[in-house]
Amino acid sequence: MTEIKDTAPKRGVPMWAQAIIWGLLIILLIVVGLGLKRAQQGTVQPGDKIPDFTLPLFKGYEYEGKSEIKLSDLHDKVVVLNFWASWCKPCEQEAAEMQQAWEANEASGKVIFLGADYVDTEPEARAFLKKYGIDYYNGPDMGTKISQLFRMKGVPETYFIDREGVLQYVQVGPFASADEIQIHIDDLLK
Amino acid sequence: MIAQFGFGVLILSFIVTIYSVIAAVMAATRKSASLTESARRAMLLTFPLITLSALSLIYLLVYNHFEIAFVYEVTSKSMPTYLKITAWWGGQAGSLVFWSWLLSAFTSAVTLRKWDRDREFLPWVIVVTGITLAFFLVMVIFFENPFASMWFDKSGEMVKAMFMPNGATAVPLQLDGRGLNPLLRHPGMVIHPPMLYLGFVSFVIPYAFAMAALITGRTDDRWIRLTRRWTLWAWLFLSFGLVLGGRWAYDVLGWGGYWGWDPVEISAFMPWLTGTAFLHSVMIQEKRGLLKQWNMILIILTYALVIFGTFLTRSGVLSSVHAFAQSAIGPLFFAFIGLTFIVSISLLIKRWPDLHGETEMKSMLSREALFLLNNLLFMSVLVVCFWGVIFPLISELVTGAKVTVGPPFYERATAPLFAALMLLMGIAPLSAWGHSTVQTLGRALWKSALAAVITTVIIFATYTQNVIALIGFLLIAFVLFVTFQEFWRATRARQKTQNENFFKSLWTLVGRNRRRYGGYIIHISMMLMAIGILGIEIFQTQTQGTLALNQKVEIGGYQVEYSAISQFQGPDNREVTRAVVNVYRNGEYLGQVYPRIDFYTDSQQNMTIPGQRATLRDDLYVLLVDWQPVTSNGATFKIYVNPLVNWLWIGSFLFFIGVIIAAWPDKDPERAAVRASKTTRQINELRNE
Amino acid sequence: MNRILNQRSLRITYYVIFLLAIVLIPATIVHAQDPTPSDDQVNKIAGQLYCPVCENTPLDVCPTEACRQWRDLIRQMISEGKSEAEIKQYFAENYGARVLSEPPRTGLNWFVYVIPPVIILAGAFFLFRALKGWTKPVVASTTSDTSEAKPIAQDDYVARLEEELKKRK
Repeated sequence: MTEIKDTAPKRGVPMWAQAIIWGLLIILLIVVGLGLKRAQQGTVQPGDKIPDFTLPLFKGYEYEGKSEIKLSDLHDKVVVLNFWASWCKPCEQEAAEMQQAWEANEASGKVIFLGADYVDTEPEARAFLKKYGIDYYNGPDMGTKISQLFRMKGVPETYFIDREGVLQYVQVGPFASADEIQIHIDDLLK
Repeated sequence: MIAQFGFGVLILSFIVTIYSVIAAVMAATRKSASLTESARRAMLLTFPLITLSALSLIYLLVYNHFEIAFVYEVTSKSMPTYLKITAWWGGQAGSLVFWSWLLSAFTSAVTLRKWDRDREFLPWVIVVTGITLAFFLVMVIFFENPFASMWFDKSGEMVKAMFMPNGATAVPLQLDGRGLNPLLRHPGMVIHPPMLYLGFVSFVIPYAFAMAALITGRTDDRWIRLTRRWTLWAWLFLSFGLVLGGRWAYDVLGWGGYWGWDPVEISAFMPWLTGTAFLHSVMIQEKRGLLKQWNMILIILTYALVIFGTFLTRSGVLSSVHAFAQSAIGPLFFAFIGLTFIVSISLLIKRWPDLHGETEMKSMLSREALFLLNNLLFMSVLVVCFWGVIFPLISELVTGAKVTVGPPFYERATAPLFAALMLLMGIAPLSAWGHSTVQTLGRALWKSALAAVITTVIIFATYTQNVIALIGFLLIAFVLFVTFQEFWRATRARQKTQNENFFKSLWTLVGRNRRRYGGYIIHISMMLMAIGILGIEIFQTQTQGTLALNQKVEIGGYQVEYSAISQFQGPDNREVTRAVVNVYRNGEYLGQVYPRIDFYTDSQQNMTIPGQRATLRDDLYVLLVDWQPVTSNGATFKIYVNPLVNWLWIGSFLFFIGVIIAAWPDKDPERAAVRASKTTRQINELRNE
Repeated sequence: MNRILNQRSLRITYYVIFLLAIVLIPATIVHAQDPTPSDDQVNKIAGQLYCPVCENTPLDVCPTEACRQWRDLIRQMISEGKSEAEIKQYFAENYGARVLSEPPRTGLNWFVYVIPPVIILAGAFFLFRALKGWTKPVVASTTSDTSEAKPIAQDDYVARLEEELKKRK
């Protein structure tokens, strides 16, 4: 095309455009990098302070008459937080042991067992609790907020939190016996 | 021993690659021909080396060497041999070796061609491809080693390592492997991943040429000419990989669908979008010398999306059914992406002024302008897809809430964009390079538009009143008529002058203008695929219900009857539960279909295989629901009727033919390009009435 | 005698009517129970939700035990007369927003819906401006192309094509 002339002068990329391009790239890399870090992170680890959370409770499983329980209410007790679900087969393996450990420690008043029901349906959950005779405080993890807080990877997982609200031990998978549970509780009571 | 050999050869190829890169850099900076030749030979050497490593791995897979962790994870004794070979890419570690092998194959192919005219490019092409290959080899050697064995270390944990760690004990030899995920034990596994990887990897070559052009400052059209054919083939493989993935999902998943807008699917789709945009806008650069900067951006963006998508799939960042298991390669891959993006953008910004070309357009309706509009639309679809994939990451980071961006979002946003693209597909072929007005265009397309409207009215009267479907059919008909008209006019014109048989004229016409008519065939095939997509998306009906033996259910005009059930041991160590289902239409017996449930005992997993009855009009798709008991008293079925869906597969077959035609090499590429553009110019001049 | 018979038959009739009324009136008060929602009704809603525990699997095709329970839950909620929106809301509250097939339109999520149109429109704007800048009015420069802007008969077109093809043969 002979009539076309290169009329415009050769310009580099203007500064504002460069700023936007680099800015967007940096943001993308940060977002993806943080996403990667988060994906590679495991659960909350021993030594981490657990922020306050609220667990709503099933009817009949109230704590001191209240239908929900806050971690901050339990600051002078050792907290054993167990994530479970009625559709989870390994959870059944440890259910009786958890109840046993609870009964052994209930009287002392220094330990409290909490059950957080992970994405479950209430009728099945209640049936599960009834089947294993579980009577410690249980409730649904609404919107998976609490399990996300702990970066829980699967059920069952049990978190042992000491009296200062610091996580001391994580059990991934079911407990084999009530004695195992007791060992960790005793550790925290010292 | 074989494992050690395979690993050793891999390390050797890594060393050779590093040498090749260093030699190439030195060759380029010192302009030394001998160093260039040395780098070239080193790069060529990587191919036989990695091939040896790959063969070792395949040997281990086929001969059940379960002491190797990867072999244990992806094979089992009961798998047929062909599946054991495909298990090579059935897991993260093996598929990284596959990637490396393909990369070294392509790089070797590129370095083997005659380089006399482009000696400047060669070293930098080697540098770029070499660095990429080196990264993948590092990931394999240090992070995801398919030759590693399993050990119990001092604390009793299971670790994977090539050589025995201190104080560890060997894991007792497993008698059988875990086996490939049943979903992957399908002929589709033979071709879908390789096709996709072929597509991904072959985009490295155009990228390497683009980088070489930027680095050397030779930003004329040379790099485009060199890479055009590579890009077309890469695009073909990628397109095929996508279609095969859809077909496989349709056949095997049991969801009655072919595309789920899953983040990993979208990651493979995004480079396809920019690749298609590039294939169109590169024509503008050839014909009119415009848009060098934009084409450079498109190629870089395509490659960036390829590795970004690969990273997202393999690092565990995304939540997806396709995602690989958690892997340690994440951080390294992230560094590689960062490096690629930063280097590409820096070079592009530096050379931006040199890419400046003549940018003058005659009219807003010229073909250049319409191609730019085409590019805008493809980029818009890309924006929707990219944002939809990234947003859940952002949401989780900022608010901690996990959200899903699913099909409704994508379908709503992309449907109008695709409709606009279809409209363009009908108009652009009729617009001329350089100059078109509303009058010339109107004159050219009124007949097709009218025919399309008439067709739509017929469809309205006989088939459906659904507005969206009618708009879709209108656009499809429009494009088909315009494209057929193009074939017709040119063939008739030639026929008149050459006094030939119609088909001879057609054949010669297509033969002499392969790119144009191949492209038109591709457009036609896309419209056939669009018919299939419209059919299944808008008119799909489904039902689920429990049928007792000999009980019937009615759906989509069919009557489906549960006739018999049988259970037997299948090959590949599975228990097959197979139902016999009779199909009737208006009471008339049509045949039988055989949905089944395959239970794989080694991996304890089910696969539901649908019984399908495929016709041009629709697909009857019958599934046995595997979470309900299947007995001779009753079984639960899920039945889909997917109208028109087979046009999707017919279209993809025609697509393949179209690309072959378009990409078929001329005897002398240079002359052919000149010839074709000259003819086009003449035809356009004549057409500008 | 007739009068006594009549009185007795009358009483019997009254008793019968009375008994019938006792039986039939409650029957009319008890309205027809909603039939159990069909699988299709359940799947229509389940198809718009994702399984809370699996990766990106729609709820109507997920084969796990848990998913079966959730589908039964949906079935129960339908039979209670809950609407589709209410069921989806319930699932989002209990299991998190990720079970919905697109982000709920609250807070940060508005960005998902707003950003793409903004970017696309911005792109269109820039393209239009660029095209305008690049397009010179056709009148200004005469070129070999536009001088041909006369209607050409079909034969003429054919003749030129023939010429061209002859040259290249």
